[in-house]
Order: sequence, then C-alpha cells, then structure tokens
Amino acid sequence: MALDSKIPQGPLADKWTNHKNKIDLVNPANKRSIDVIVVGTGLAGGSAAATLAELGYNVKAFCFQDSPRRAHSIAAQGGINAAKNYQGDGDSTYRLFYDTVKGGDYRSREANVYRLAEVSTNIIDQCVAQGVPFARDYGGLLDNRSFGGVLVSRTFYAKGQTGQQLLLGAYSAMNRQIGRGKIKMYNRHEMLDVVIVDGKARGIITRNLITGEIERHSAHAVVLGSGGYGNVFYLSTNAMGSNVTAAWKAHKRGAYFANPCYTQIHPTCIPVSGDHQSKLTLMSESLRNDGRIWVPKKLEDAKAVQNKTLKPTAIAEEDRDYFLERRYPAFGNLVPRDVASRAAKERCDAGFGVNATGEAVFLDFASAIIRYGKEQAHVKGLDENDESLVNKLGKEVVKSKYGNLFQMYEKIVDENPYETPMMIYPAVHYTMGGIWVDYNLQTTVPGLYAVGEANFSDHGANRLGASALMQGLADGYFVLPYTIGDYLSDDIRTGPITTDSKEFEEAEENVRKQIDSFINNKGTKPVDYFHKRLGKIMWNKCGMARNEKELKEAIEEISALREEFYKEVLVPGEANEFNEELAKAGRVADFLELGELFAKDALVREESAGGHFREEHQTKDGEAQRRKEFQFVSAWEYKGAPKDAILHKETLEYENIEVKERSYK
Amino acid sequence: MNLTLKIWRQKNANSKGEIVEYPISDISPDISFLEMLDVLNSQLIPAGEEPVAFDHDCREGICGSCSLYINGEAHGPDRRVTTCQLHMRKFKDGDTIFIEPFRANAFPVVKDLVVDRSAFDRIQQAGGFISINTSGNTQDGNAIPISKHAADEAMDAATCIGCGACVASCKNSSAMLFVGAKVSQYALLPQGQVEAADRVQNMVAQMDLEGFGNCTNTGACEVECPKGISLENIARMNRELVKASLKG
Amino acid sequence: MSGFLKSSIGRKIAMALSAFFLMVFILQHFAINILSVFNPDLFNEASHFMGNNPLVQFVLQPVLIFGVIFHFVMGFVLEFKNKASRNVSYAVNNGNANSTWMSRNMIYSGGFILIFLVIHFIDFWIPEINTKYVLGDSSGLLADGSDYRYFVELQHKFIPLWRVLLYCAGFVFLSLHLLHGFSSAFQSVGANNKYTQALKGFGKAYAVLIPLGFIVIALFHFFNNSH
Repeated sequence: MALDSKIPQGPLADKWTNHKNKIDLVNPANKRSIDVIVVGTGLAGGSAAATLAELGYNVKAFCFQDSPRRAHSIAAQGGINAAKNYQGDGDSTYRLFYDTVKGGDYRSREANVYRLAEVSTNIIDQCVAQGVPFARDYGGLLDNRSFGGVLVSRTFYAKGQTGQQLLLGAYSAMNRQIGRGKIKMYNRHEMLDVVIVDGKARGIITRNLITGEIERHSAHAVVLGSGGYGNVFYLSTNAMGSNVTAAWKAHKRGAYFANPCYTQIHPTCIPVSGDHQSKLTLMSESLRNDGRIWVPKKLEDAKAVQNKTLKPTAIAEEDRDYFLERRYPAFGNLVPRDVASRAAKERCDAGFGVNATGEAVFLDFASAIIRYGKEQAHVKGLDENDESLVNKLGKEVVKSKYGNLFQMYEKIVDENPYETPMMIYPAVHYTMGGIWVDYNLQTTVPGLYAVGEANFSDHGANRLGASALMQGLADGYFVLPYTIGDYLSDDIRTGPITTDSKEFEEAEENVRKQIDSFINNKGTKPVDYFHKRLGKIMWNKCGMARNEKELKEAIEEISALREEFYKEVLVPGEANEFNEELAKAGRVADFLELGELFAKDALVREESAGGHFREEHQTKDGEAQRRKEFQFVSAWEYKGAPKDAILHKETLEYENIEVKERSYK
Repeated sequence: MNLTLKIWRQKNANSKGEIVEYPISDISPDISFLEMLDVLNSQLIPAGEEPVAFDHDCREGICGSCSLYINGEAHGPDRRVTTCQLHMRKFKDGDTIFIEPFRANAFPVVKDLVVDRSAFDRIQQAGGFISINTSGNTQDGNAIPISKHAADEAMDAATCIGCGACVASCKNSSAMLFVGAKVSQYALLPQGQVEAADRVQNMVAQMDLEGFGNCTNTGACEVECPKGISLENIARMNRELVKASLKG
Repeated sequence: MSGFLKSSIGRKIAMALSAFFLMVFILQHFAINILSVFNPDLFNEASHFMGNNPLVQFVLQPVLIFGVIFHFVMGFVLEFKNKASRNVSYAVNNGNANSTWMSRNMIYSGGFILIFLVIHFIDFWIPEINTKYVLGDSSGLLADGSDYRYFVELQHKFIPLWRVLLYCAGFVFLSLHLLHGFSSAFQSVGANNKYTQALKGFGKAYAVLIPLGFIVIALFHFFNNSH
C-alpha cells in the first residue's frame, strides 16, 4: 500500500483552515448514534474523549490506571509552548513552526507542524477557561519561561507541574462528560487487540485488570492515545505501566509503525544509583534556564570527585569545563535535548564523569543564586556585597522557581542541591516515533486513529522541550475531533456494531490464547528479568550513539531473548484475577518485538538525525550529520517477525523552510 | 539492611485478609520503598508464592497511584513524599515494618495493598470542573487578569494528586481535604465563579454519599499529605457551602 | 437549608456554632463563679439575678439546655458515623505522628464532661429548679432569711473531697476538650486566614486558663471549708 499523507493543497498557512472548511461533518442528531473508543486518557486521549463527547459522540474511554487522572502526562514538569508572543520577543506561528521543524532535525512533516503551531494559542485559551492555574506575573497576566532550542520565551507553566495541571484540566472536561453519561469510563482496563471488520477498525478487546475478564467493545472508530514506548529501555522516565501494547497490537493489525528508532534521551535526569533501580526521574529542562552544566577540566579532579575525595565546590572556576557553553556559545546550556545529552555522554565517555559510576555531570545553581541574590538585594536596597545576604536572597528566588524539583532531588539523592551541585545524566524520556498517521491523524487502518505521543507526526527526529504537552492537547482538543468527523460521516447509517462477529471472536480467542500460554508456561524467571535484559541491550546498543555492528548484534540478541522469554517466563497466579505479572508479561512480549524493529529501523537509517545518532555519520566536530537521501519517514509494515517488516517511505518535502545544517553554535 | 515486613495479604475484595510476615535481607538504604517491595516480589515469584500487589505507576510522586499505610502512617514516616519517593534510608537495620492498605469503607480493598479509589473520581464527576466546551475561539487567556496571589493559591490547591492519604490518615476517613482542595482551586479563580454554588453543593453531596466520614479538624490529613495541601482549603470549602446554601 | 443540615459540613458547622455558644456560656459562668472567691455578696447578687431574671430563665436557659444537648447528641452521632466509615481498622496506627491526642479523643473528653455535667446538674441545677419552681421559693434567701443562700450552698457543696476531685477532673477534661475544640470550631465555620495562628494561641490560653480558674475556685472553697 502506498502511503498517502493526505496533506491538503494550498499555501502552508491556509492548509488547516481550508481543510476544516472542506471536510464532511456529522450532524448533531447523527452523532448520537455513533460510538468512538478512545484508548488512553493522557493529554491526547483525555482531551480527545472529552471533546468528542462534547460534540455528541458516544465515547468509551479506557485506561489501565485506576483513574484517568493518573496517565503519565501528569509527570510532565516544565511547560507547554504556544506562539502567543505575550512577551513581545518576536514569536509567531511561523517561528514556532520553524523552531519545531529545525529542532526535529528536519524530519517532521511541514503541514502537521504548522498546524500544531497554529492551534497552540487556542490550547492556552482553552486551558485557562477550564481553570488551569498557569503561573501569572504581578500584573495578573500569564507568565512565560524559556526552554531549550529556541530564542524566545513562549513556554507557559504551572510551577514544575504543568503536565499535571493540564491533565487535570482534560480530566475535569472528561468528568463533566462522564457525569452527563456521554463518556463511559473503563478504568483498570487494558486494550489487548484491535478488531478489524471489513478493513475498518470496529472495536477492541480488553482485559479487566481487576477481574481478569476479557471483554469485547465495539465502535465506529478507535482512537489510540496510548503514549510512547520508552519503557522498551526498561529504565526510563516513563511510568512503570507505560507500554507499547496498544500501539503494537494496532501495528500487528495493519497500522504502519513509523520511525521507531527516534528516541529522545533527556539530558537532565537523576543518574542511575544501583541495580534495583526501577525507573529514572527527570529533572525539568527548565532547570537549564538557570543551572550551568559542567565537569572538571582536569582528569585527576574528575577521578577525585568520583572517589569522593574532592568536593565539587572546592574545584576552582578556571578548572571547570562548562562544556555546553564552550561548544555552543549561542544557545549555551539551552541547546536542544539531543545535543545536550550527547555532549554529556561525550564528556563522561572521556572519563570526566562525576559520580561513582562516572556517568553523571554537574548542574550547578551557584552562579544563578548569586545573580538573583544581587538582583534582590538591589531591588530591596540592601548591600549587594554582603555575601551571606546575597546567598540567602538568591536561594529564596531559586526556591520559588524550582523548589519542588530541588526537594524531589534531595529526597531521592539525599544531597542538598542548594549547597552542592546537582548530578544529572541523560535518560530515555520520549519517543518521537510511533504509529504512522496521515494529516487527519488516521493510521493506515481506516477508522483507527492515533494521537499524542502514540503517533509519530510532529516532532521529527527530536522533540523540543514543552512541545509534547502542546502536541497532545492540539491533537485531542483541536485536530482529531474535526478530522474524525470526515471519516464518521460515512457511518451515520451503519447502526450499532455487533460484537458477535467472527472478527471479534477471533481477536478474543487470540488474546485468551496468549494469556493462557503465559499462565501455563511455568518457566523459571519472572517477567522483569527479561525486561531488564532487553533494556540493557537497548541502552548499550540502541542508545545515545549507535553503529552498524552493534545494531546488528542487538537484532540478534533481542530475537534470541524473545525466544528465551517464551520458553522461560514465569507468570504466577491465575488469568481471572488481579495479576500484575500477567499484565507485565503481555507488555514485555510486545516490547521484545518492538525492540527488534527499533534496532532494525536504526540500522536502516544510515544518517544521524536528532535523537538518532549513528557514529558512522558525524561531522568532524562530532555533530549529527544528516543525509539528504534519508529525508523520509520510515513506516514499517508488519509481516510476522520484526525482521520481515517491510519499509515504506514517506518522502518529506520542505517548501516553506530551508533545510540547513542544524547549528546551535 | 535486614528487615521484617508485616504485610496485609488479601486475595480479593470478597476474601478475608491477614497480616503475613516476610523477612527480607540485604536491602540497600538508597533504594525506594517500592523498589524494596520489587525485591521482595522478585524473591516470592520464583519461590512459587504470589507477589504482593500494590498500586504504583509514575514512581516520581505525581501520579498519585501509590498508597500504603507504613508503620501507621500514610506514605510512611517521611514528610511531603509519596511512598514511591520514600527511601529505605528512613528505616534502620532490624526494623519491623507494617505495610497495610489505605483503609476506609469508601476505599474497598481490591487485592493485598491495592484499593479502589474511584469514589474520588465520582466526586469530581459531580462538579469538579468548569463547564466549558472545547472551541477554537475561547476568549484570550489574558482577557481576565488574575492576581498572582490568587493564581498561586489556586495552584497550591490544584497540586493535589488524589492519592487518598488524607482519607487514610483521618480517624474519620474523611475526604474533606481532597474535596476542599478541588473546590478551592475553582473558588479562587474567576473562571470558577459562575458554577461555584452548584459545584460545592454537588461535590459535598457526592462525598457524603460515598460514605466518607466527617471532618473533626484533627489536621492529620494536612500533615500526611504528600503535597502539603493546607487545611485552609477545608475552611474555604465550608465557607463556600454556607454561601451556596444561603443563596438557596 | 434542610439539605445543608443533612450534609456533613452543615453538621460540622452546627457543632461549631453550638460550641461557640457553650464557650461564651462557660466564660459567663466563670465570671460569676470567680466572684465567690473575692466577694461573696456580689456573687450572691449575681446568682440571684441569673436565677430570677425571666430573660435568663425562660429564654437563655432553654437555649443553653438545647445547646448542651445538641452538642452532645450531635457529637455522639457524628462520632459513631465517623467510626462506621472504616470497618477494618489498622493493625498499626501512629496517630501521634500527625495529630494531637486531644483532637483524636474529643469523644472521650466530651464523654467525661457529660458525666461531670450530670453530677453538676444533680448538685446545683435540680435543687435550684426544685426550690424555685416546685417549692415556689424564689426569694433566694436562706431558711432563716438572714442572707442569700447561694454562697452558703456553694461552700457546702465543696466540703466532700470526692466531689472536689471529680470537679477538678471534669475541668481537666474540659481543658483537653477546648484545647482542640476552640480552634477547631473556628476552622469549621471557615475561619482560616492570617489570624489563625494568633487565634490558636488565644484558644490555648482560653482552654487552659478558664478550666484552671474553675479548679482554683473549687480548691479555694474546699480549703476554706476545712479550716
């Protein structure tokens, strides 16, 4: 099947408006007889479910958590971008579009990104109207902060909990519709298959995670807002339950999977501390507004810091290497995430790491504390040269800005970041790849849609900070509810979809078979054993730097691990009860397939772009080197084993933006 | 560290549960409490025993999934943390640790340490929202200036993660800190004024219907709340309810 | 409004309002009683006024009785309802970590105060009502008509040690009850603002000083009697 991205004709700035004007609508009376399933209740799924219900569709929403409010969007800290230009610093829809395409290393679809930038301003208005308590300045107007990879301040925030507040906004919109009976909410339900009837997505099979019951749910369309697959690395900043299963089952049913190898490794995470670590904790990128990243200049100092014989505060200013400021004077500590992560890795690989494992760099607020302290002393008419006073005032300012993050750091690491620099290291955070969708967010399966992180569409090879929230809400509030109508307008006479068809039966049977095989396997090793091993392979061979040899090894190793998994996995308990190990087994089984496709995609993409860095393709300065012949989206078609997947290419055209070398120097 | 764990085990909602003792050894003080439970489970599974079920997801203190009543306190002995952020360095070698589910009739046990907190969802469905449809032409976000003070206070209330520690810690199983926080967030913002009276009445009515107890101002909720939600929010809710009732 | 009184918060506010009324009453009661220490005549006059003023007797007294009964009945009802909202209790519960003993045990301090009150009514109120309304003697005078009877009766009551100790214990429990109850009542009616800390301090002082004052009065008469 040839890929048709269905990008509307006409000038870039008018595409979305023209498209909205032309697509078919469903009249309000008919919407009442149309059902839509939404899987996942994060920013994308939650906002889509709420909006579809407001429009009049009957929505069934599913989440595996015990409440829609717990979706992992809640953990996003820093903020949400919008081209409001409230700061008057030259921001515009075009500039947000430009920054996003450039930040994505020219591997995203122009029309989608422009639309994203266009609706970004509506998101802020909508959220304010919903009662999201965005930070305000003393004049009562919305405040902004700046984020990596851009030269304007366009990030709206609610302390360090922006994702939480936006999700609670979407959740409240959902609650209103649940209360009205327009959304039927299924908590603690996990989607285990998509049901395709006559070539169209017509329902899903779910497992009730409390009772273990396998259920059939039908609808006229299915929307996946099931998030990203960063947990394929086992250790990531994703939630423990975040998984690829919904997306992978869709892939197996015919949805192409795009750019699986595009993974964002976030530079500012708390370093790994030991073997029993279950997840990594992100420290918001907003910290890079004020924190300076450095390692010792001298190798002997680095060694001494690693052995804890030298305190970082004892290292003189001239013996510190502020490597981001050194390498990228224009953007300094605010270079995009992929660039910052690789630079940290480069220093640590060279032996300059600053914790016991040598895999950490400092994020230092000492100079910010002094700068703010002096500012405050000046404002209050106090002595700017009084060091302890300046220190105290400065710490107060830093506390008001990042207090909750500092507190979190202290709880986890047991060190006071006001006194000694934080230690950070990159960690897997976000996956730009995902289910391939066209301009309407429809996958290659008619009637199956993907929104938010689950799709691949807007971030190219690297996502800019504060853009995930923007994309999730743009898709859910402002894009999908329009575009899905175009598809559903053909379904007004279809009537309810029966779940008694052979397609539902077959899908349910498959699900039951897999569950039974896990329960009856009686192997020797728990699920986590395999997940951890998969994670190690992924991190070592498909992580921040990749090469042909290791990727080939990874493919072999993952494939072998998958075989071992099916032979040796031990799932305790029964199928028809609350059984977390059973749920995990299903998720890890899918990760074991995705991981291989991931490596294969990375192997095929013989260039470096954004989060995908191939050691064979770098400039002499060690920067990522894109190749013109790879200016396409890799969309993989499922054909059994991952090694048999077929590559389809969607060529990316840049008509409104000049494809340049991406430089932050 | 070597520890003795005394954990509530209960097969499902209908069965009777009991405290079961598990010794565990070689626990690093640097791992989190839930990672300690992971270690226990990784030992139970190969031994043919059922792993201990507990709710958890983000493991960074924001999703509100994790719960646990540890040695008689919601989220354990540390302050301003959820269980997932509680680290073993807060315990001593040789300690006996009681681990129980959050208890309240409104939070029935699902299995072991997992409880059903959907009562919170239903309270929010009763009115915890502003009735505004999604449209591309809502008024500009800056159209109504909101004082920084009010915005910050609303944010402090909105920071609630819905974990239920307030209910679990309260001797009356009262949910007023949770409801008060949500009522407060909207009561403090101009956007929330239009529906303010209906909101507080409907949410309080639903709260009572769910079987939560009444508040006697012991303040335990505020102390145990991992997000430090203030009792002021309960006072504000009380005022809002009086105002709403006087309006009729 | 009926919905309001059925709601948890409505009941809580009703508890607080009755508490305010009772706290004002206790202050008034104390003010008169302390006169007995300094000036028996003034005490007698004040007592006679309270005992014979129709406004006090037929308006305030019924309101007070209603307030007392309401506060107790509602207190017990709420306590039982609250208890019933958790059928399975914790194996280990470290209440001291997050709340005061007083706040958690209002039902016990309240219960003891109730026992005290019953005795107090038997001691003073019932004889008083009996004298005035059953026997019809509203003169307030002693049998020989030489003086008001109030101060003498008071002295008489504080002769037995058991009663003095019981009264002292009653006031200790009143103090414990007020240590939480005073600020709790303000919180219940929604007063939580920048004055809260100061109010808490004032509440503590009230909760300690007033019961202590009552104890002093009881002891004063006990020791005066025995000499």
